[in-house]
Amino acid sequence: MLKQVYIYRAFERFWHWMQAFLIFFLMLTGFEIHGSFRFFGYYNAVQYHNIAAFAFIILIAFAIFWHLSTGEWRQYMPTSENIIAQARYYITGIFQNAPHPTKKTVLSKLNPIQKLVYLGLKLLVIPVMVLSGLLFMFYRYPSKSGITGLNIDSLESIAIFHTAGAFILVSFVITHLYLITTGHTITSNLNAMITGYEELEVDEVEVIEVRNNEIKTESIQ
Amino acid sequence: MKKIFLILAFLGVALALMYIEFIPKHHEKPELAILRDKFKKDDRKSVDHSKFAILNQNFSEPQKVTEACLSCHTERGKEVMNSNHWNWEREEYIKGRGVVYLGKKNALNNFCIGTEGNDKSCAKCHIGYGMGDNFEANAENNIDCMVCHDNTETYAKAAEKGGAPVPTLDFRNIATHIGKPKRSNCGVCHFFGGGGNNVKHGDLDKSMFAPTKDIDVHMAVDGANLECIDCHKTEHHNISGKLYTLSSMNRDRVNCEDCHSSMPHKDDIINNHGNKVACQTCHIPEYAKVNATKTHWDWSSAGKLKDGQPYEVDDKDGNHTYLSIKGTFHWGKKLKPEYTFFNGTANHYLLGDIVKDTNNPVILNELYGNYQDNNSKIIPNKVHRAVQPFDPINKMLIQPKLYADNKGEGALWKDFDWIVASEKGMANVGLPFSGNVSFVNTEMNLPINHMVSKKENAVQCEECHNRTDSRLANVKGFYMIGRDSNPLIETAGIWTILLTFAGVFAHLLIRVLYATKIIKTGDSNA
Repeated sequence: MLKQVYIYRAFERFWHWMQAFLIFFLMLTGFEIHGSFRFFGYYNAVQYHNIAAFAFIILIAFAIFWHLSTGEWRQYMPTSENIIAQARYYITGIFQNAPHPTKKTVLSKLNPIQKLVYLGLKLLVIPVMVLSGLLFMFYRYPSKSGITGLNIDSLESIAIFHTAGAFILVSFVITHLYLITTGHTITSNLNAMITGYEELEVDEVEVIEVRNNEIKTESIQ
Repeated sequence: MKKIFLILAFLGVALALMYIEFIPKHHEKPELAILRDKFKKDDRKSVDHSKFAILNQNFSEPQKVTEACLSCHTERGKEVMNSNHWNWEREEYIKGRGVVYLGKKNALNNFCIGTEGNDKSCAKCHIGYGMGDNFEANAENNIDCMVCHDNTETYAKAAEKGGAPVPTLDFRNIATHIGKPKRSNCGVCHFFGGGGNNVKHGDLDKSMFAPTKDIDVHMAVDGANLECIDCHKTEHHNISGKLYTLSSMNRDRVNCEDCHSSMPHKDDIINNHGNKVACQTCHIPEYAKVNATKTHWDWSSAGKLKDGQPYEVDDKDGNHTYLSIKGTFHWGKKLKPEYTFFNGTANHYLLGDIVKDTNNPVILNELYGNYQDNNSKIIPNKVHRAVQPFDPINKMLIQPKLYADNKGEGALWKDFDWIVASEKGMANVGLPFSGNVSFVNTEMNLPINHMVSKKENAVQCEECHNRTDSRLANVKGFYMIGRDSNPLIETAGIWTILLTFAGVFAHLLIRVLYATKIIKTGDSNA
C-alpha cells in the first residue's frame, strides 16, 4: 500500500539543509583560501570560513545530541545485507526501472550503500575536517615562548588532511546531488527532505508500529 | 512548538559562541591619540645657546667651534669618539667568524666598494675634520659637532676635503643656533649614501626631508611629523637603529613594536602574522616612492672615454646611467621589495676574504634567518646587484684606489687604469694583488624600514596568499596557504572530482537513453 509517510522530522530537515548550506559555503570559501579561485576576496573568505566552521561545529553538536536522544543513530549501523543487490541496482537495474532492492521505511531510511557512505562521512571525513580545521585555526608557529610541545613545524601536514577531506566532500556532494534524482520519481527525494513526507510502500504492521512510535515520542515531549 | 524552540536554541547558542569567538582577545589599543599623548614632544628649551658669549664670536676655523662646545659639554667628546659615527667600526660577533671589528674600514660594498684609500672623498660624510693621510683620530677638536647639531640648515661639508666644511659658512650663526639633530642633519648624509640622492637605501631620499603621508606616515609633515631621532633614540651619542650593510648582531635595533605593541590590529589572525612577518613587510608595499634608487651597478664598463675625456649619460629623470668613472647603472622607482627571512644577524664580506664560489653572485652581507628559526621574520629588502672588480688568482674582491687629488697617483677616477688602481688600492690595505682584474656578480641586502604607507595601502592578503604572483614566491622553506599546495593531494583531488563528474554524466546519459527508449529495455534482470 502506498502511503504518505512523515519520514523526516523538522529538526532532521533543518539539520540537513543547514549542513548542506554550510558545506557548500565552506567549500566556496575554503577553495578560495586554498588559492583555487578568487570570489569574496582573501580576507573575507577567511573570516567567512571561520564563522561558518564554528556554526558547523555547533550544528554537529546539536545533531549528535539529536541522533543519540532519538535513537536515529541506529540508521547508520552498517549491514552487508542487500549490499550487492543495491550496487547491482545502481549499475544496471535503475536503467530498466527495476524496483529499489531496499525498502525505505521510517525505521530504515537508508539503503546499505548509503549507510556505509554516511557512516564514513560521520566517523571519518567530518571529524578529520573538524580536527584539521581547528588545528588550522589554533595553529601555533614555532615559537620560543609557551609550550614548545604544541608547536607544529609546518602547516603542510595539517593542510594535506584538510584539503584531501575537502576534495572528498566535493566529490560526495556531486554524487549526492545526482542521486537525489534516483528516487521513486525524479523529485520525490527532494520533496521528502523539504516537506518531510514521502510516498512509501507501507504494510499495516509497520503503520501501527510507526504510529505507536509517534505517540511515544509525543508523550515524551 | 518544541521543535521551534530547539531550532531557536540552536541559533541562539550559535550566535553567542560566534560572538565570543570573534571578538578580538589580544588587542591593545594603538589609537593615534594614545600614541600622540605618549610620544608628544616638549619643545621648551632649558638653554638658549645664542646667549652664550663663547659662541658669539667669529670663529676662524670649525675646530674652534668644537672647542667652544667641549668647554661646556666636557665629556661629550669621549662619547662621540666611542661612537660608530666616529670610528666607522664596531665590535661585532659573527657566527662562524667570532668577534670582528666591522665597519666602513674593512667591509666592502657593491656601490663605491670601500673607503680605504679614498678617505678624503668619503669623509664628506664623516662626523669629523681632517680625514685623509694624517688623520688625528684622537684629537677631540676634530669632531664635527655642527654637521649633526646645526639647526640653521646652512651647514655643509665640502667635497673631497676630508670632512671639512665649506669655507664660506657663518660659524657664529650656526654655533648660536645649535640644537637636537633634525631630519636635515641626518638626511644630508643618509639620504645621499652611495654618492647621490637615494642611490643606496631606496627608502631614504630627499623626499623624506618633508614627505607627505603617502610617502611616509611617520615623518609626514601633514601627519605625525616625527624627526629621525624620535625613533632612533640616542643615549650618550649612541644612536639606536641598524642597517645590516655594516651590522651583524641583533642589538640596538629600532622596532615598530616599541611604540605600536606587538598586537596592534583588531584582528587576531593579522596579529598572529607578527610571529613570522615583520610589520614592514605589509606596511611598506613599495619603496623609492618619489625618486629612483640604484638597483644595478656594472663597474666593468667604467673607463670609457670620449676624446680622451670622461663623460656621463643621464636618463630623462636626470639619473646617471653611465659614468666613465663608475660604469653603468640601472635605476628603479616605486619598487616592490624582495623578501627574506631575517633574524637580526648577518655576515659580511671583509677585505681579504677568499671567494670560494664565483658561479653564483657573491653575497656581500648575508642576512641570516629561516622559517624554523624562532627569531626570524620575513622582512622587505632591497637587493642591490653589481658587477665589481675581482682578483681571479687570489680569489679576492678588489679594493681599488678610486680617488686622488691629481692625475698620475693611480686613482681610477683620474687615470682610468684598473690594474694600477687595483695595485695601489690593495697595497694600501696590505693585501696581495696578482695583477689580473676580472669582474664578478655581487649582491647586497638593504632591508627596507622607512616609507611606511598609510594603513589603507598596506599589502593585502592575496598579494602573498596567491598561487601565481605571490610577493613571497621566492621565500621558501614553509607551506603557505593560498600560495602552496601539495602536488599529490592536488592531482588526486582534481582527478577524483573529474571522475565523479564523468561517472555521474555517464550514468545520467544511460538513464536518459533508456528512458527515451533509444536503448531498448530487455530482461529486467540483465
